[in-house]
Amino acid sequence: MRSRPAARQLALHASLALGGLLMLFPFAWMLLTSFKGVHQMLNDPTAWLPSPWRPQNYPDALAKMPFGLAYWNSLYIAALNVALTLLTSAMAAYAFARIRFRGSGALFVLFLATQMVPTQVTIVPLYLVLAKFGWVDSHLALIFPTVANPFAVFLLRQFIRAVPIELEEAARTDGAGRWTIFWRIVLPNIRPGLGALGIIVFLASWNSYFFPLVFLNSPELATVPLLLSQFAGGHSAVDYGLILSASAISVIPTLIAFLIGQKKIINAMAASGLGGR
Amino acid sequence: MAAIAKAPARPARAGRGVRTRDGWWAGLFLAPQVAFLLVFLVVPLGYAVYLSLVQWDGFGPKTFVGLGNFTAQLTDADFLRAVWNTAKLALITVPVGLVLAVLIAAGLAGIKGSGFYRVLYFMPVVTSSVAVALIWQVILADDDNGVLNSTLRRLGLDGPDWLGDPGWVIVAIAIVTIWSSLGLNVVIFLAGLQTIPPQIVEAARIDGASSARIFRSITLPMLSPTIFFSTVVAVISSFQAFDQIYVLVNPAHNEGARTIVYQVYKLGFKDFQFGMSSAAALILLVLTLLVTLVQFAAQKRFVHYDS
Repeated sequence: MRSRPAARQLALHASLALGGLLMLFPFAWMLLTSFKGVHQMLNDPTAWLPSPWRPQNYPDALAKMPFGLAYWNSLYIAALNVALTLLTSAMAAYAFARIRFRGSGALFVLFLATQMVPTQVTIVPLYLVLAKFGWVDSHLALIFPTVANPFAVFLLRQFIRAVPIELEEAARTDGAGRWTIFWRIVLPNIRPGLGALGIIVFLASWNSYFFPLVFLNSPELATVPLLLSQFAGGHSAVDYGLILSASAISVIPTLIAFLIGQKKIINAMAASGLGGR
Repeated sequence: MAAIAKAPARPARAGRGVRTRDGWWAGLFLAPQVAFLLVFLVVPLGYAVYLSLVQWDGFGPKTFVGLGNFTAQLTDADFLRAVWNTAKLALITVPVGLVLAVLIAAGLAGIKGSGFYRVLYFMPVVTSSVAVALIWQVILADDDNGVLNSTLRRLGLDGPDWLGDPGWVIVAIAIVTIWSSLGLNVVIFLAGLQTIPPQIVEAARIDGASSARIFRSITLPMLSPTIFFSTVVAVISSFQAFDQIYVLVNPAHNEGARTIVYQVYKLGFKDFQFGMSSAAALILLVLTLLVTLVQFAAQKRFVHYDS
């Protein structure tokens, strides 16, 4: 961008910053309002700053709902889901990338085609299948059904194809079998791919709402989004301070984690082009 | 799959050597994913087709009704309104969201220090849809507490009842959807822009091309595969939108917010009409496939793949 570089840069920065403020506003409003009391919401709804500041909203929100338990639920469900998805999709990706077998190409296309079926299309029969397993109102319903992930297989296959074949040949001459090669050579060499995929799958599981809504009933099984959704409506309509302090409790740890790993997370999502779907 | 920009290039020797005929091992490595796919996707899909042909409340006997569920849905006012609402949502969010994303990405590509803005625009993407819905519920509320309408009122304007008025609710949902998905499209387009060789832009500039001309004649065509891919994904995900709408509005109280997915959910899990719900779900699947096919047919005229 050569012509009048300074003026152009300034104009671009100004418009991008304005857009950035618009993106930031809902978060800022959440934080500020989370410290407001009911009284202030009634009398002066557009005031920016809380007066008086009411940090009590946070203990109140925590007392109202078992957030600690929900955090643990969300965390271990996402961790297991990520581990299972990474391991099994890397295995399948290895087969498609490095093992010659009849129908390999056709099976791969079929694999990818299943990606076209929206989750909601199979939700009722999936519910019936899981009910047969006795998995309704159980975390198993959140951990297992999303493990089959053709997109993950596709992504990891790309990474495995980039691993130099000489590494495998050398291991093979040393007498290593398929599994040893996969575990000792392939997996360590596709760590960046596994990391990116792990982030995407983790976020999808951590933020997922539809499956917990459909499959869970018991309050103690609730994940963070499911618990949080119970603050919507039903409560005294004006206690937005409480609603938004609950939102902040659920959002802030995620945002801190995002800010720490932002480069990796953004690159992973950009590379996927699918954003965890 | 143009958007798989970061995936490494295929090395020259892949596909030879260790890639030996080894069917037994292939089966072993594929078994877990295939098993999960069969149990949790293929079987339910087949089951959905079967269910769509019967009348069943989950307990009593199943009555075969042929295509009755489909004709019932396709002539049902509630379902048709849901199709229209879904289409409206896609027609607003997809073009507005993608145009904004392209403009912002182009802006970011033109400045130094874009990393900071990237983070700002991306924050909503990692935020759970439920939290997003709650935050916006407070901003868009039409009582005295809704900050948007209260501010408008101070300026002498009268904002609509964003979440309560069936005529406006899709606009409100679209605003929230665009806000929460913008960052993802921005970084995808930014990644696409970075693959454009700077020499081409430089050469055009030396030939005296204006910035607008460069954007139109170089940037847009070279970005078109990414734009096409993002359009397909955006349409599909707007057809599937549920979480935000369900928390933001509660469609049970506002017919303007009832989308096809909401109908599927309501018929299945509120009314226990499993046959009707499956028929509605399969109509959604067919609509998704049709629109995607149309997009793939149309892309031949707009998308440039040769570089």
